[in-house]
Amino acid sequence: MSDARVITAGGALPADAPAPATPRRVPHRGGAENPSVAALRAQFGGAIGRSEVVWGETTAFVARERLLDVVRWLHADPHQRYDYLVDVTAVEFRDAGQPLQVVWHLRSLPHRRFLRLKVELAPEGPLSVPSVVPVYQSADWLEREVYDMFGIGFDGHPDLRRILMWEQYREGHPLRKDFPLRGRFSRSEQLRQALAANPEAHYSMNELTVAEAFGDLPRDVQERLAAGERTGE
Amino acid sequence: MGLTPVPATGGGGASVALDAPNSEGWIATRLDFLVNWSRANSLWPMPFGTACCGIEFMATAASKYDLARFGMEKMGFTPRQADVLICAGRVPLKLAPVLRRIYQQMPNPKWVISMGACASTGGMFDTYAVVQGIDTIIPVDVYVPGCPPRPEALMYGIMLLQKKVMGERLRNDATRPDVEPDPTSRLYIPPSRIDELSEPFGNSVHQTRSAP
Repeated sequence: MSDARVITAGGALPADAPAPATPRRVPHRGGAENPSVAALRAQFGGAIGRSEVVWGETTAFVARERLLDVVRWLHADPHQRYDYLVDVTAVEFRDAGQPLQVVWHLRSLPHRRFLRLKVELAPEGPLSVPSVVPVYQSADWLEREVYDMFGIGFDGHPDLRRILMWEQYREGHPLRKDFPLRGRFSRSEQLRQALAANPEAHYSMNELTVAEAFGDLPRDVQERLAAGERTGE
Repeated sequence: MGLTPVPATGGGGASVALDAPNSEGWIATRLDFLVNWSRANSLWPMPFGTACCGIEFMATAASKYDLARFGMEKMGFTPRQADVLICAGRVPLKLAPVLRRIYQQMPNPKWVISMGACASTGGMFDTYAVVQGIDTIIPVDVYVPGCPPRPEALMYGIMLLQKKVMGERLRNDATRPDVEPDPTSRLYIPPSRIDELSEPFGNSVHQTRSAP
C-alpha cells in the first residue's frame, strides 16, 4: 500500500535462490522456522511471545496491544512484505480457562513465506483485538465473520456488523462453546424471528455499500432509489 | 372424430376416449378435466436450488432425464411466471423470509415440491441455522425423499403432483384446500407442534438448549 512498486511472485528473492520445490517429508513439529519471526523479535522484543513450527508452518504469538504495529511492519518492511492476508479466524477451546485465540494467516508472495499470527484473549477479559483493516482492506468481511461467530470485537473496524447471521439475530454468537447447537430459542421462535426480517432491507439505500456506490449507479437506478423504490418488488 | 368423457373409475377423474361410431369433429369433456389436463402438463417450475439437491435437479432438467417431457420446458427463474416451486436443498433461517416471499409472488394456482431430506425435514442439519422443514413456512404438496433424490425420484414426485392436479375440482374446495398460515405466528404448522417435533431425541445431551 505504501509502496506502489509492482512485485511479481518471488521477485524479491536473490538471483541465486534455488528454484521453488514442493516440500517433502515435512516434520509434524519442528523444522526450519520462518526467518520473519527472528526479525520480529529483533524489532518488537517482548511483544512477540512463543513461536512454534507445525507441519512446516510457523506460528508466532503476539501481544494484543502491538498487533497492528506488527502487522503494519510485516506488510511494509521490504524484507518481509506480507502483502496477502489469507484469513482471519478464531479458536475457542473446550477446556475451561483456555484463552481464545484470534488467528491471522499472512503470506508474502515476493518472499514465498507463510506466517501465522495469534493473539490470546482471556475468556473473562475484554474480547477485542485491533482491526487490521487499515493495512489489509480484505480483512473487512473476515473480521465481521469472526465478530458474528465468536463475539470478538475489532477496534477500528469501519463497519463491524453481523455478516452470516441476520443483523437482528438475538441468540448470541454461534461458534462459542457455550452456544447450544440448536440455538437458544425454540424452533418456532427462531422461525418467527427469521420471518420477521425484511428480505429487501439489504438492497435499500440504508445499506452502507449501496449508499457509497450511489454515484456510480446508472441514472435511472439512481432516480428509482432516490424515489424510495425497493428492488425486487 | 368424437371424444367423450369416460366416467371416473377411481380418484383420477374423467379421461377422454375415442368414440369411433360418432367420428365427428368435436370433443365433449368436463371443463375440470380440460383445465387440469392443461395445468398438469404445463407445470412451469421455479427452481429454488440451495444445495446438492439443486445439482441433482439440474441433472433432471438436462438432456439425459429431460424434464421437458413433462411440460416443464421453461424454468421460470422468476416466480411471477411459475406454477410449481421446487425447493431443492437446505434452507437457512436467513433465507426463510426470501423463500416465503417467492412463494407469495407466485400466481395461483401454485404448488410446491419439497425435494430432498433437508428441505423436507432439515435433514442432518439439526442446528441453529437451518429451517427444519419448509412446510413450516410454506405449504408443501409433494415431498421427495432422498439425499439427494435421484432424478427418477424427482420425476416420480412430479408425476405424483400431476396426478394431484388432475384430481382437483373447480367447484370442490376440498380437493384444493387453501392453506392459510396461523394468524399470530404466520407459520403453517402450529408453533407447539414445531417445538414438539424438534425436541432433542436419543441421549444427545450435548444438543439440548439448556446444556452449557
